[in-house]
Amino acid sequence: MKFSDEQIQRYSRQMILPGFGGKSQRKLLDAKVFIMGAGGLGSPAALYLAAAGVGTIGLADFDRVELHNLQRQILHRTAEVGLLKVDSGKRTLQDLNPDVNVQVYSERITSSNIRGIIKDYDLVLDGSDNFPTRFLVNDSCFFEKKTLISGAILRFDGQLSTFKPHAGGPCYRCLFPEPPPPGSVPSCQEAGVLGAVAGIIGLFQANEALKEILGIGKSMSGRFLIFNALSLTFHEVKLERNPSCLLCGENASIKELFDYELTCPTQVSRLALS
Amino acid sequence: MNQPSAEIKREGEGKGEVRSYFVDRELNLKGKICPYTFIESMLTLEEMEANQVLRVTVDYPPAACDVPRSLKNEGYEILEVTPLNETDWAILVRNKEME
Repeated sequence: MKFSDEQIQRYSRQMILPGFGGKSQRKLLDAKVFIMGAGGLGSPAALYLAAAGVGTIGLADFDRVELHNLQRQILHRTAEVGLLKVDSGKRTLQDLNPDVNVQVYSERITSSNIRGIIKDYDLVLDGSDNFPTRFLVNDSCFFEKKTLISGAILRFDGQLSTFKPHAGGPCYRCLFPEPPPPGSVPSCQEAGVLGAVAGIIGLFQANEALKEILGIGKSMSGRFLIFNALSLTFHEVKLERNPSCLLCGENASIKELFDYELTCPTQVSRLALS
Repeated sequence: MNQPSAEIKREGEGKGEVRSYFVDRELNLKGKICPYTFIESMLTLEEMEANQVLRVTVDYPPAACDVPRSLKNEGYEILEVTPLNETDWAILVRNKEME
């Protein structure tokens, strides 16, 4: 399919990048990215992916927009408080770029539905705000052989990595075998987060997603980036695949998906749902 | 499609050499400005076969310099840039091998 004059204008500043051209733009328009969470990380990531012309964006979030979200969740507007985040997000993304097909998932994502959803996508971007979801997303990406671009933020700090165990790299569980003990890690709600930090890490996730789609640059697979906004410093740690990983190791004990359920602030339990 | 629309012959400087190119496709970009001149040239080349020749006509003065330079940076072979009249230039470019 030929590009319309409007598409040529819209994407001109990236089409003239060295080696980009129409072929790379076509790859973006054909790409399907699933974003878990339309919050602090998912918002900037989704906006830039939509702006770049990623053709299909899946947005999953069962929350509604609240006023305290707006300090960092830039997909949503004051007038949209009370709406489902995925509906508010879809409207923002389609206003920005009508080329983009936005699929929304407002149901709770669990072990029983996640594989059926992500199987239709090329890659997954995790912008969730809790450990049960992070582990569920990682495990489902492992079983579905999907590249996972993982970002996390707290206070003035951020983390970023790409997990591609299907291509020989480590998975999230190689780094964090199990969720941390209950109460050992404060949530964003308890500890606060600077909105700009969410923007920075979310945009790094968008950047890595574009690189993975286009097959350019140096992947963050096997690399873990740690960012501090107060000192404006980055540290990179090399990540190796863990041969005894519970999920992707040689004698892996996790053979199927399950949910960790956040039952109360002091208890995270493993809930097998077959 | 892509039938040769013209055979262009040029005499080499002082050597009596005659270079000739079959033009496989014409692209009229008169009225277009940069960077669209470059982008549309590149999109057309991407549709063409390896080593085919495209003749691009432009009338935006910076395009006569910028389009050949940008295409060359992308690996295309610039064969000629020729003024056609007081306002127009023809850029003759050969497509690269398929990646």
